[in-house]
Amino acid sequence: MYATTYHRPASVEEAAALFAKGTESKYLAGGHTLLPVMKQRLAAPSDVIDIARIPGLAGIEASGDTLTIKAATTYYNIMRNAQVQKAVPALVHLTSVLGDPAVRYRGTIGGSIANNDPAADYPAAVLALNASIKTNKRTIAADDFFKGLFTTALEDGEIITAISFPVPAKAGYAKFRHPASRFALTGVFVAKTRSGDVRVAATGASQDGVMRVPHFEQALTANWSPSALDGIQVSADGMMADIHGSAAYRANLVKVMAQRAVEAAG
Amino acid sequence: MGMEGIGASVARKEDKRFITGKGRYTDDIRPHGMTYASFVRSPHAHAKVASIDTSEAMKMPGVVAVLTGQELVDDKIGNLICGWMVHSKDGSAMKMGAWPAMAPEIVRFVGQAVAVVIAESRNGARDAAEKVEVAYEELPAVPDIRAAIADGAPQLHPEAPGNIVYDWALGDEAATNAAFAKAANVVEIELTNNRLVPNAMEPRSAVASYDEAEEHFTLYTTSQNPHVARLVLSAFYNIAPENKLRVIAPDVGGGFGSKIFIYPEEMVALWASKKVNRPVKWTADRTEAFLTDAHGRDHLSKAEMAFDKDNKMIGLRVKTHANFGAYMSLFSSSVPTYLYATLLSGQYNIPNIYAEVIGIYTNTTPVDAYRGAGRPEASFLLERLVETAARKLKLDPTELRRKNFITSFPHQTPVIMAYDTGDFHASLDAALKAIDYAGFAARKEASQKAGKLRGIGLSCYIEACGIAPSKAVGSLGAGVGLWESAEVRVNPVGTIEVLTGSHSHGQGHETTFAQVVADRLGIPLDQVSIVHGDTDKVQFGMGTYGSRSAAVGISAIVKALEKVEAKAKKIVSHQLEASEDDIVIENGNFKVAGTDKVMALANVALAAYTAHNLPPGMEPGLKEGAFYDPTNFTFPAGAYICEVEVDPGTGKTEFVNFVAADDFGRLINPMIVEGQVHGGLAQGIGQALLEGAVYDENGQLVTASFMDYAMPRAEDLPSFKLSHTTTLCPGNPLGVKGCGEAGAIGASAAVINAITNAIGHEKIEMPATPARVWNAIHGNA
Repeated sequence: MYATTYHRPASVEEAAALFAKGTESKYLAGGHTLLPVMKQRLAAPSDVIDIARIPGLAGIEASGDTLTIKAATTYYNIMRNAQVQKAVPALVHLTSVLGDPAVRYRGTIGGSIANNDPAADYPAAVLALNASIKTNKRTIAADDFFKGLFTTALEDGEIITAISFPVPAKAGYAKFRHPASRFALTGVFVAKTRSGDVRVAATGASQDGVMRVPHFEQALTANWSPSALDGIQVSADGMMADIHGSAAYRANLVKVMAQRAVEAAG
Repeated sequence: MGMEGIGASVARKEDKRFITGKGRYTDDIRPHGMTYASFVRSPHAHAKVASIDTSEAMKMPGVVAVLTGQELVDDKIGNLICGWMVHSKDGSAMKMGAWPAMAPEIVRFVGQAVAVVIAESRNGARDAAEKVEVAYEELPAVPDIRAAIADGAPQLHPEAPGNIVYDWALGDEAATNAAFAKAANVVEIELTNNRLVPNAMEPRSAVASYDEAEEHFTLYTTSQNPHVARLVLSAFYNIAPENKLRVIAPDVGGGFGSKIFIYPEEMVALWASKKVNRPVKWTADRTEAFLTDAHGRDHLSKAEMAFDKDNKMIGLRVKTHANFGAYMSLFSSSVPTYLYATLLSGQYNIPNIYAEVIGIYTNTTPVDAYRGAGRPEASFLLERLVETAARKLKLDPTELRRKNFITSFPHQTPVIMAYDTGDFHASLDAALKAIDYAGFAARKEASQKAGKLRGIGLSCYIEACGIAPSKAVGSLGAGVGLWESAEVRVNPVGTIEVLTGSHSHGQGHETTFAQVVADRLGIPLDQVSIVHGDTDKVQFGMGTYGSRSAAVGISAIVKALEKVEAKAKKIVSHQLEASEDDIVIENGNFKVAGTDKVMALANVALAAYTAHNLPPGMEPGLKEGAFYDPTNFTFPAGAYICEVEVDPGTGKTEFVNFVAADDFGRLINPMIVEGQVHGGLAQGIGQALLEGAVYDENGQLVTASFMDYAMPRAEDLPSFKLSHTTTLCPGNPLGVKGCGEAGAIGASAAVINAITNAIGHEKIEMPATPARVWNAIHGNA
């Protein structure tokens, strides 16, 4: 690791001000992506600004139709939260198959979606549940937020403060774990809104990162059951391919995981 | 001595310090004035080193020295050696290129060191290493066996034309061909034995110090065999004479073979400690471990088996290409030859075997012994072949095996080994019962209804361990003897220190070795301490690998104990005026049988050291040493059966059941034996389902981190059902065999046999990842 300057701001405003001052600043939340690349000397931020400890940036609130998870809430606290379990049990399940206990104690939902790893789990939930991402500057719709591999709509220095999920009628997540990293080789989140709209988002599969699957959404809107997807083929074009799975294999997993997610959603 | 002696599952003495974080590993050693080494490594798989400019690095803060391969040459430091000579079919010696610890001219694998920075801090050394300017002229690389043996392939070493180290054979070719000529059926397979990265939990590390006044070196290092390290460092590398070099292997966090070898980094740290006259520490990070720890396996094989009309095996022909990587590591040459082809008879009576092994250089990390070392490759090949044959001949796989099991012992195979004892029917019976083999068909049908593909696979392995009779291995080309040494010191108050040349790096020797002594003398375990891993304390040793520590290491202890007992009995007989023959040892007392005369061990020891009243002419003291050279290998064997369910939607394999029935001879600590089997099975299953080192076409290691290299986790493994069927090894005093590698040797074939049985396709390469299995099911293989 190269030498860096560590900051622990007391507020989001202070964090943003520190960020602006540094020559190459990075926000640190759970650190699961940033710290390994720093240790490998692949990243050399001038300033590391620890936002995970900012008072008020963590916590979970639920109203009748909205579940709000603040950005620095850890996976563990999401997984163990009764309000999340009641509002969107699929989010609890997703979190329970994310990483391992050590990861879940440290990792934060805001960090996960800000990083937008193409194989991360939360982006699929955020996109399928049509969540809103609140930042220190504005509110961004999920459909506008994810912009491809490790790329989001966040501007330089912008800080996610909370994610608001409309409470769905039904939701399910099915993940096929990457044999080595245990990220999603493919994970699919399906959600049916209270008004009957269906959204399906797949992570781990596409070269462009998390994606919606419109033809699944149409089929499931017409018939909310795994068999609704039986006859539908997913194209392998644009799918990732590596030693753990070809593009065709991932295309297959998008369908199989979608069917299992619907089954899990009930 | 039921509670703590032989056969008791005593909790491991060493675990208290390990689980409370009090273990003392090499990286915990911090001598005064210590500096840190960071290596400059080649990013290319094959390149000429045109120039190395160290001037900018030298200007970095805290830099003590920047040393290059040319300085090793100037100091006449030896190249790395391969300690086992293997001759090709034509009688020529194996063809080896030089392996300098830091490359002065050519680099041949990604990660090979070309220079080292010594600095005041670890980070400072790394910063400066990045400033060493190395100009490389890239050369074409060969990343695997097929590329290395292709026409016009780039050549690695001028000494080895065609990238061939040797073209070796074992067995009677003419007789084997004749058997095939009269065969009723011949079954063939082709398979890959995938390359593995050892990944011990503790990465390699070295802390070297030089005492200028005494001209003496001390090297703390992660070694499975510190005496061998000292021997090689002094006799071949010319860094320090043996009497001026102390090698200490303190607590070591796993080896699996990878810490047998003497590597460039440890050599350079030792040499540099004198160059800079400061202690030097080097500890690998995980990437360095992936790139530079000797890898394992990596074979391409074709095998065919000939059967007569009664389905008796009459011949076996095997042709294997073995990848050695870019250089010949310390024992690499022996692994695909004498540790592999000699086991190709398996548990079967096969009258004719002919095996050819071609050793190949490639631009990859050197390959050497890894848990099982040659025997997993042999067992996998043979058990895949036998299972495939049973399916082709439409026989139950148990029936084909039973028909061909060796049942009378000793049994001389056509490939050197003379099996001393075993009962292969007994272990197969135990495994079949444990898994309810008879009920499989009904279970398969139930799975089918649930949309799953269920399969069952067997693997009946045998291995040779307790390596090895020195004369025998010497005749086969080994550069060392493979005996073991021990010393038993009874202190004046009756406590005992056992000094052993075996080395524990996870095996629990501090417990099992003490149990043997406690059992024999009838004393509490606490009274016995095991000392190992320090060349200044232990008289000599060959270390721990090849499941040899019980069969060879403990046998040396028993031999020393016998000498101690004989002397103690002489003292007792003298003091109690009784015949030596009447003296028996019970619960720590030396008793005159049939009388109430008794001397406690402590009193005997005190008498030996006060020497006030010893038999005339007897030397004082109660301390004896012994060297034990085994008379034969030992032959652990067993039957593993694995039942799996494959998800046709994803290709994912889930274990339903895994049973292992092993014959390890006498068990000293059954709990520790089970732990060894669990670990071995995890590695065998890891090889079958998850692990595989992959290089791209340029020789870059794609799987250079745990993000890409899939290590088995607890959730990937079933709850194993273990059992033991026992035949005592006749070749050593306790009748023990060796249990450290069996799981890794036998498991992978059982898993692949089960998957192929489930999906109805024979062609699945390891690791059988979900993607590969899915491709096979859906015809995309």
